[in-house]
Amino acid sequence: MTAWIAVLVGSIGCYAWKLGGLAAPTRWVDRPAVRRFVELVPVALLAALIAVQTFGSGRALHVDARAAGLAVAVGAVLLRAPFVVVVIAAAAATALLRLVG
Amino acid sequence: MRDTARVAVVRDAAAIAISTGVYAIAFGAAGVSAGLGVVRTSVLSLLMFSGASQFALVGVLGAGGSVFAAVAGALLLGARNGLYGLRLAGLLRVRGVRRIGTAHGVIDETTAMALVQPDPRLARLAFGVTFGLLYVCWNAGTLIGALGAQALGDPTTFGLDVAAPAAFLALLAPRLRKTPTEVRVALGGAAIAAVATPFVPVGVPILLATVAVVFG
Repeated sequence: MTAWIAVLVGSIGCYAWKLGGLAAPTRWVDRPAVRRFVELVPVALLAALIAVQTFGSGRALHVDARAAGLAVAVGAVLLRAPFVVVVIAAAAATALLRLVG
Repeated sequence: MRDTARVAVVRDAAAIAISTGVYAIAFGAAGVSAGLGVVRTSVLSLLMFSGASQFALVGVLGAGGSVFAAVAGALLLGARNGLYGLRLAGLLRVRGVRRIGTAHGVIDETTAMALVQPDPRLARLAFGVTFGLLYVCWNAGTLIGALGAQALGDPTTFGLDVAAPAAFLALLAPRLRKTPTEVRVALGGAAIAAVATPFVPVGVPILLATVAVVFG
């Protein structure tokens, strides 16, 4: 039930941003400082999500097969591999390590 | 000449939609791996229709985070769509009821496609075609990924729990190549989240990471 609430409330909220932007008086909040903040927030959040989902297990931190998968993903990104290759390589490396370990 | 421009718009939109479909498969798998099930994962793609926000929401819920943390993360990532809306308003010139449908399509890809067009008519075409094709591919891909992950069973056997962080990394990479500020903010955000993890409820470290923007 709580997951449904998150899905619906989150969706309504995200839609409100989109509609709000389209309907707001032009140049209302379109200031450089605001724009810069909104552009950088995803960078901080995505990096945080990577860290937490790679090393976190609930409120504990672990270095396990996921870290190896992420390392492979970093390598793939540095080689400018396409999106699909990055994701599949990371998953395959993690699965392989779990199979062996 | 105008026809060639229109064909180019449709061709580019199709290419973007197909590559986003692949991303959607990863999302569908992540949603089911996070325990949301096929229905909720698919409804999220239909209603939220914003990749990074969706990944954040299922990521926090899957880790056992609260509804508040999950929704707050999704909203922080969705804020940029508000800025896109501001920029597109003058270009698309939609009024009244049509604005309700158009708003749903205000995302990274449609905005990028509309803003690169040389004139407003092509921009409106680019927005509409990209929105339409992407919406179909995004939701079809989500369903395929969700059903696939469900059929595979335990997501960790196939390393699917790493699919989301790897997808985030692929999303983040082009932005890190822009300026050193982006790199500092990313490293700062990751460090804040990791350090905060043992001390605050699940999901909250993600929100705290926004502090990195201030120091970036």
